[in-house]
Amino acid sequence: MVTRRRAIAGSLTILGALLSAAVLAAPARAASEYNLPYGVTPISHAVYRLHMLAFWMMCGIGVIVFGLIFYSVIFHRRSRHPVPAKFHENTVFEIVWTILPFFILVILAVPAARLLLRMENLRHSQLTVRITGYQWLWRYTYPRYGINVYSRLSNSSLAAVQYGRHLSPYAVPHYLRSVTHPMVVPTGEKIRLLVTGGDVIHAWWVPAFGLQIDGNPGLINAMWIKVLKPGVYRGACNQICGWGHGYMPIVVVAKPPKQFLAWVHHWRATHQGPGQGDFPPHPLGL
Amino acid sequence: MSSEALAHDHAAEHAPPRGLMRWITTTNHKDIGTMYLVLSLIMFFVGGAMAMVIRAQLFRPDMQLVTPLFFNQMATMHGLIMIFGAVMPAFVGLANWMIPMMIGAPDMALPRLNNWSFWILPFAFTLLLITLFLPGGGPQGGWTMYVPFNLQLGYGFPFMIFAIHLMGISSVMGAINIIATILNMRAPGMTLMKMPLFVWAWLITAYLLIAVMPVLAGGVTMQLLDRYFGTHFFSVAGGGSPILWEHVFWFFGHPEVYIMILPAFGIISEIIPTFSRKPIFGYRSMVYALASIAFLSFIVWGHHMFVVGMPVAADLFFMFSTMLIAVPTGIKIFNWVATMWKGSLTFETPMLFAVAFIVLFTIGGFSGVMLALVPADFQYNNSYFVVAHFHYVLVTGAVFAIMAAVYYWLPKWTGHMYNEFWGKTHFWLSAIAANVLYFPMHFLGLAGMPRRIPDYPLQFANLNMVVSIGGFVFGLSQLIFVAVIFSCVRAGKKAEARAWEGARGLEWTLPSPAPYHSFSTPPEIA
Repeated sequence: MVTRRRAIAGSLTILGALLSAAVLAAPARAASEYNLPYGVTPISHAVYRLHMLAFWMMCGIGVIVFGLIFYSVIFHRRSRHPVPAKFHENTVFEIVWTILPFFILVILAVPAARLLLRMENLRHSQLTVRITGYQWLWRYTYPRYGINVYSRLSNSSLAAVQYGRHLSPYAVPHYLRSVTHPMVVPTGEKIRLLVTGGDVIHAWWVPAFGLQIDGNPGLINAMWIKVLKPGVYRGACNQICGWGHGYMPIVVVAKPPKQFLAWVHHWRATHQGPGQGDFPPHPLGL
Repeated sequence: MSSEALAHDHAAEHAPPRGLMRWITTTNHKDIGTMYLVLSLIMFFVGGAMAMVIRAQLFRPDMQLVTPLFFNQMATMHGLIMIFGAVMPAFVGLANWMIPMMIGAPDMALPRLNNWSFWILPFAFTLLLITLFLPGGGPQGGWTMYVPFNLQLGYGFPFMIFAIHLMGISSVMGAINIIATILNMRAPGMTLMKMPLFVWAWLITAYLLIAVMPVLAGGVTMQLLDRYFGTHFFSVAGGGSPILWEHVFWFFGHPEVYIMILPAFGIISEIIPTFSRKPIFGYRSMVYALASIAFLSFIVWGHHMFVVGMPVAADLFFMFSTMLIAVPTGIKIFNWVATMWKGSLTFETPMLFAVAFIVLFTIGGFSGVMLALVPADFQYNNSYFVVAHFHYVLVTGAVFAIMAAVYYWLPKWTGHMYNEFWGKTHFWLSAIAANVLYFPMHFLGLAGMPRRIPDYPLQFANLNMVVSIGGFVFGLSQLIFVAVIFSCVRAGKKAEARAWEGARGLEWTLPSPAPYHSFSTPPEIA
């Protein structure tokens, strides 16, 4: 009896430690090396909350299931429990552990379904950006402004990945996450993203926006973002697309609407004529 | 003909030839099972060597050990080899060895088919592996072979397609054989609901194989036609769609992952009762859970494709059906725990692997439930979180179960006990290293690291180094496994017929090592 009590006390201590760690960790929503980013869009915030809800529910179930397993491993080993029990069924228990998980799953499924419907609601968007993935760069087209931005790995990262050049990646700012020309979007506006692939399938993924979308050649996928905070947000292609798959980052610069319009005017002034859309030769030389 | 004459003919016909011809011409379920297991072990090391290349390249950023082209080939071949070469043949090998003995049969129902289904495989893997030396290299688009990228491959492309055809033919023939054996050759009195759970698991798995391998074969044939015969199944310009491939592939692919886990469930359901000295808890619900999981596997494939751009209704359907899988899987886990509960447990190597299986497979199940949530999957999809998830269910799940099975039945196969000290050393090294290897991958994925990249930004450097170190230790630990098996085959303490005192089941009524023909007269079933 004493040992059993001690074991219960022990597991309660562990549980308490886990929970207090959780409470301490909760406010730390800054970009973490270990968790989803809280992000900068309403959707990414909701995704983060759904993720944490699922995570803590799984931890709770884990504590119970693993607790039972380790209890059995410790207290029902032959040295402590030499005569095995004979039971091999119990209808009540079996019904309980069939039905209970079902209800636990409903707790997760309901907010997930609601959030999904919200994500798929594309109505009332204020700006459209067409995103096309190529081997291995991105094209951002703003139909309203007639702007066409090609965005490939920046020259500094490119210099470091050349074989035999031995330039330290630590000397490169934002190694593999910097581009020649970023995608620029206004903050606070609902932006519709139309994503497609120019040759093979690519996937446009920016973790801070809480979503990724496949760009399928010949098909168009739609999704929306609303960036709440000005800043620079980085991601990468997330569908294997050949040699340069690891070398096609995404950089999105979010600016307040006025500065965004200033960028539009500046771009149009500096990139004139139909030639602005020329497909740049890829410097990886592939 | 008199019965003596029959017996004489029988013996003359089946005396094994000596040397290499014995293995080429054999129709004996034990010989073929052994060959499957040896092939699987070899492929485990081939695929493992590729994993070592991957982890060496990712040891630190900008490693430049191999080119991105070669890295992509390693990532793709590692998947194909481990799935089709290591895990599936291992389970078929175990089925060959154990099913006739567990149901009281002399051999498999279709012995010549059995020989053929094995001997196709070395050719299939030769075809697959030589692509690495062809112009343009081997497959590079991931084991999922998404089009149009897969159609850009070099000369390796048709070799890969035909290798997959051969593997599929082999799997379907093996599955037919297993179903025919189980349905026709059970000893009198062994009703379906008295079969060992390993046999049940394999019966259901075999049906899954027959249902989905032809789908994959059809799909890769469509790729072949698109590339060489001008069809447009997968190109929008010609009226097709690249998404069609993804649907076809995952309609095969999801049942495929259950093909790799259901036999593992069967193995664990044999080992846990033996070392708990208590009958399996809830036998009937175990069978029904297996059947439900198999059924559900056909209606969840879309959860691999949430970011592909499916209608909302499809996303919702696949999310709900996927979450439903947690219910029968949960039943199995609870039943194993209830089997251990108030048993009299000892922890020989098979039991260590089995308990580790329950714990670590459950962790893979947790991340599986999280991945089922569509909005969250928009973040997790194709990240290292997914890599962590499927390595938990396939390595610390399926592979640990295979290792548990090998240690469990080695005494029956060889007549010797393996070295318990080295078996346990192998277990502890593997279990710890596997967690150092796979657990940090969850964090990497959540923090935003895509899978299948040959280089990464600096914020992922620390964890990748930890992962790589875990990978190297895990890889090296497997050498102990080989050494234990070899020394057990050659020598060791004599194993009794019932090698484990808690073991029940017909295979333990045969002497160790098991005779060349299992049950020439059917045993009595109580």
